[in-house]
Amino acid sequence: MLTYLSIIITAIFVNNIVFAQFLGICSFIGVSKKLDSAFGMGMAVTFVMTIATLVTWLVQQYLLVPFGLGYLQTIAFILVIAILVQMLEIIMKKISPSLYAALGVFLPLITTNCAVLGVAIIVAQKEMPLLQGVVYAIATALGFTLALCLMAGIREQLELTDVPRPMRGVPIALVVAGLLAMAFMGFSGISV
Amino acid sequence: MNLLKIIYDGIVKQNPVFVLVLGMCPTLGTTSSAITGMSMGIATMFVLMCSNTSISAIKSLVPSQVRIPAYIIVIASFVTVLQMVMQAWLPSLNDLLGIFIPLIVVNCIILGRAEMFASKHNPIESLCDGIGIGLGFTIALTLLGSVREILGAGTIFGARIYPEEYGSLIFILAPGAFIALGFLIAIYNRITPTNKP
Repeated sequence: MLTYLSIIITAIFVNNIVFAQFLGICSFIGVSKKLDSAFGMGMAVTFVMTIATLVTWLVQQYLLVPFGLGYLQTIAFILVIAILVQMLEIIMKKISPSLYAALGVFLPLITTNCAVLGVAIIVAQKEMPLLQGVVYAIATALGFTLALCLMAGIREQLELTDVPRPMRGVPIALVVAGLLAMAFMGFSGISV
Repeated sequence: MNLLKIIYDGIVKQNPVFVLVLGMCPTLGTTSSAITGMSMGIATMFVLMCSNTSISAIKSLVPSQVRIPAYIIVIASFVTVLQMVMQAWLPSLNDLLGIFIPLIVVNCIILGRAEMFASKHNPIESLCDGIGIGLGFTIALTLLGSVREILGAGTIFGARIYPEEYGSLIFILAPGAFIALGFLIAIYNRITPTNKP
């Protein structure tokens, strides 16, 4: 139980996927302008990342490793994720139109979100057991959501301030992200 | 279209990092020193040149509904080739760049250029676009890596400029990456006249 708690705390705070591992920055910068859409994107990523990690773990263990196809990992994983996202979109549209209305617009963006492929590869590289891998994926995605929502809250306020002309838009967002990352470094001493 | 102009546009007018703001993950994640930044840039450039040329060559064979998965497969194949080459001949560099090598597959620059440029132009022009954008990316990463290495460790490409004790470690760590890139983009916006918002 304690190992899982430690995995969760580490993945959300200490090794935050955005601020410490630099994954998923494109969607972090792109979708963090409004709080609602930031939260929606975070939830969509959580959803996809959990299922993608589960499926890629099975593919790795029962397909790639037994047949000695380890070198096809990158191709296999990206294919699985692309198909999965497409499938989720279709299923969601049929089963839960309200969920689709909330998360649907973010789904196509997620295929090229490197956080999803990144987590799948990390889980495979570290050879985590299935449950541990899935817990790690959920916690990482929650860390991503946290980062996205924090950033969106700050950027909504930032809209109202008078930023020097060359700094407007992305540059100031990056500097804010840097300061947030500095704050997250404060967690680096924690070990559960 | 003039081929040299395509290359120039890729480096300056459409610089993937400073203007298009794409491919942020490797830009921030691999630039803790000038040499790693440059290696990542060259690795990405290799994949971009190969994928742009081949996608442009097969563009009339691929039905437009399945073009994105098809492009991703082409890109992933070249990334796998790169991965194997690096594991065989440059194992230390491969360990240094780590997970960012397989993640070239989801680098938005590559899929973006395939969709925006290679699917509309002939293979030679697409190759030039790959060279231009790749060089622009490499230059940006080398620049960011140099800035971080100078400020953080007092060295550039491993050559010492001032004693290490005067460097501020924060620029080697994660926060420095965001802040240094933010200011570099701001400086780029300031000095390029065409790009004033």
